[in-house]
Amino acid sequence: MSGINDSVVKFATVNGSGSASANTIFAKTLFRMGIPVSPKNIFPSNIQGLPTWYEVRVSEAGYAARRDGIDLMVAMNPQTYKEDLGEIVKGGWLLYDSTLPRAWPRDDITILGVPIAEMCAAKWSDPRQRQLFKNMVYIGALTALLDMDVEVLKSTVADQLKGKEKLIAANMEAVALGRDYASANFDCPLPIRVRAAQGAKGKILVSGNDAAGLGALYAGATVCAWYPITPSTSLAEAFERYARRLRTTKDGRRLFGIVQAEDELAAIGVAIGGGWNGARAFTATSGPGISLMSEFLGLAYFAEVPVVLFNIQRGGPSTGMPTRTQQSDILSCAFASHGDTKQVLLFPANPTECFSLGAAAFDLAERLQTPVIVMSDLDIGMNEWVTDPFAWDDAKAHDRGKVLSAEQLDAFKELKGRDWGRYQDIDGDAVPYRTLPGTHPTKGAFFTRGTSHDENARYTEDGVIHARLLDRIRRKFDTAAGIVPKPEIAIRDKAGKTGVIYFGATTPAVTEALDGLEREGVKLNAMRIKSFPFTREVVSFCSMHERIFVVEQNRDAQMRSLLMTEADVPGVKLIPALNYDGMPLTAAFVRGAVLKTLRPAKAAAE
Amino acid sequence: MSYIPKPSAHHPALPKNMLGLTRRDYEGTMSTLCAGCGHDSITAALIEACFEMDLPAHRIAKVSGIGCSSKAPTYFLSRSHGFNSVHGRMPSITTGANIANRDLVYIGVSGDGDTASIGLGQFCHAVRRRVNMTYIVMNNGCYGLTKGQFSATNDKTSPSKKGEANPFEAIDLAQMAIQLGAGFVARSFSGDKTQLIPLLKAAISYNGFAFLDVVSPCVTFNNHPTSTKSYDYVRAHNMASENKLDFVEEKEEITVDYAEGTSAAIALHDGSRLLLHKLDQQHDPRDADAALMTIRSNAAKGAVATGLLFIDETQQDMHDILATDARPLNALPMAELCPGAKALEGINARLR
Repeated sequence: MSGINDSVVKFATVNGSGSASANTIFAKTLFRMGIPVSPKNIFPSNIQGLPTWYEVRVSEAGYAARRDGIDLMVAMNPQTYKEDLGEIVKGGWLLYDSTLPRAWPRDDITILGVPIAEMCAAKWSDPRQRQLFKNMVYIGALTALLDMDVEVLKSTVADQLKGKEKLIAANMEAVALGRDYASANFDCPLPIRVRAAQGAKGKILVSGNDAAGLGALYAGATVCAWYPITPSTSLAEAFERYARRLRTTKDGRRLFGIVQAEDELAAIGVAIGGGWNGARAFTATSGPGISLMSEFLGLAYFAEVPVVLFNIQRGGPSTGMPTRTQQSDILSCAFASHGDTKQVLLFPANPTECFSLGAAAFDLAERLQTPVIVMSDLDIGMNEWVTDPFAWDDAKAHDRGKVLSAEQLDAFKELKGRDWGRYQDIDGDAVPYRTLPGTHPTKGAFFTRGTSHDENARYTEDGVIHARLLDRIRRKFDTAAGIVPKPEIAIRDKAGKTGVIYFGATTPAVTEALDGLEREGVKLNAMRIKSFPFTREVVSFCSMHERIFVVEQNRDAQMRSLLMTEADVPGVKLIPALNYDGMPLTAAFVRGAVLKTLRPAKAAAE
Repeated sequence: MSYIPKPSAHHPALPKNMLGLTRRDYEGTMSTLCAGCGHDSITAALIEACFEMDLPAHRIAKVSGIGCSSKAPTYFLSRSHGFNSVHGRMPSITTGANIANRDLVYIGVSGDGDTASIGLGQFCHAVRRRVNMTYIVMNNGCYGLTKGQFSATNDKTSPSKKGEANPFEAIDLAQMAIQLGAGFVARSFSGDKTQLIPLLKAAISYNGFAFLDVVSPCVTFNNHPTSTKSYDYVRAHNMASENKLDFVEEKEEITVDYAEGTSAAIALHDGSRLLLHKLDQQHDPRDADAALMTIRSNAAKGAVATGLLFIDETQQDMHDILATDARPLNALPMAELCPGAKALEGINARLR
């Protein structure tokens, strides 16, 4: 499996020690050499002192899923030596700080001892520098062991420390220390060395939260309200960073308003208030926030107020594993709030889609006058992905939906043949026309309410009118199904009756597994769901196949349930393939789940 | 069905304001509250204040939470957009609406259950954020729609209609507002129109967070002889005379003349002025500590300090703090909001 440009390098460090920026430089350098890389940050819910890991999969073939079996472990944390040692594949390598040499109880791997602390102590007198530069020393050793391009590394360091020439030079000295030591003492480069490639050329390296924040900016969002919660915080922060740069007038006035709210209840309230008043407004949160926001989501659903919510899912239930990934809010979001509610969901599979679907969410919310929830997760949101560059079509106008101006209100009856009423289904698409406060001196005012109301927004306790209202809002969901993004379908076997359904962050693992299975003679058709409500294509894919694996990262097969209740797919057809250990999914898991059903003997033998 | 429209025809000789509108144009639908409810008097005072101030009704947004008080916005300003939101969440809705369009007048209506219990956090943070709004609490010390339970503002000394004692200390929202930095804090009584109308006008004119706690008796559940939120009790213990107030619009002349040292004029952001008369020597409404003392010393005597309790006429509002553009954000053209494809190329380049 492992070889040139095909390996997994893992860094085991202590959080708060400055290793994160060194590790990022390592991944970015490989990326800039044109090699597809996939870094995964595996970190504790803690500020300083606990174990943290950074795994970098190097794959010239472009497989971006996490892969078990570490080829080279950089073991910098004595707390986790034992488990780190166990993860290394037979024939692999372990690099450690040999200032205090120790014996490693494995003879099937190569131990690479570098006296890092000793070298740093000799070179620098300041304790902080001695600590920080340790990280760059092991990066230096890796440049020799893996034959990395030092000039590219230097450019990466220079970009990260923009303008701080002294610091750049000191970092490069640390790199040289490690590099020289490795060249002199080890057989460099190792067989898992890297070389310049084309796979990552033209791509960008970015996290999903950064991309989604930018997507909100491009969508024209002006109101952002949020409450800090891992792993969504960096989304609101990215929006603010981009907005300060790109949305501040020459005289320093901001064309956006951001509120760090007192809690998630207020965050969604501010966003709904903004959406009600005609601004594009959003909030970003994670599972616990969704629970708190559910009451308000019901109001926005029932009163038909556009709002966008980014849910960066994490391990649940309850506080769960706040720094691990999961896709376990599918049902709580699809039906968020009490009473008969259904919410529109979008499922980005990478940062490029966090940008494009993140922006599209605002068009959908205003077109449909309802909340739209973008279902990202920690893996996409907080890890940097090698992904297609962001694209924007200036010719395509933002869809602001049915909002009436004063002139349109005056001409409404003439144009539409009947009087305006806030909740009248004029066009037969179940989407009414809305008005904004302050539009017209005598027309268009109405009372927005979460209590039941008639077509003219008047309070009602009339059961017939209430049921009629619920029916129209349900029909609006049919309209939604016609305009939400269609699934991505890949047919490997035209006559095949077995398929796989997946969505979001599991995409790289599923794609890699399907390639591998095809080489083993198992051809599966695949569909990646991008949205809820399910479009026609989702329904027909399910009816065309007799057996369908549904790959998802939760215990209760939530997407499978949704397919059964909302697309009427018989449950017997849908075979759950469930992962919920909080780690980004591997292709091996998907392959195992498929073979267990299709080739039970083979799976058992393995 | 409790939606009762009012006939729109009215007498042609009704007096009109500068906009050519009559008081009827500022009304809403028929109230469905109990006959004699204090909230209806506050509604009437609001209608009068907006009429006299010549406010274009469609430039006002009414926002409320849930409860009897939160139903009230239906009964005034039918030409204004209204938002009857979620229990206790009026402040966040108003905050978002205000960020989206800074040019409207925001009148938030809430109750004591809405603000002092379920929405206490939102109330506090709306104050901290200096949202430019008039925040009215129609305060009756009890939950009406759920049949008379104590609310958190009910005085400890005030038993229920059935004689049940209230074991808990009351939350004084006016004191809280002052402590949290509200720029305008007043207390009034639904039964005192002469005090309430100028206070409402001043609150609406104030640029920043204006808080008005209006004791508004619940005739059904909390108007019994032993209640401290009853009409009789508040009339007998209202210390309104301590600071009497006139609201003078920019266009008007100041005509009242009081003895020197007993009155003060406070200029508001929009050019209007507040004239305070018969100032209690101990109470300078620009002094937060003195305001708290006035409230507390009156309360200790079983009295209700009403009138303008505190004002900071220099306070910044949320938009000043957020440094937002002078134009309403909801009216900015997409061309100014979306950086476009070319800027995106630059962003892509930085990520390579």
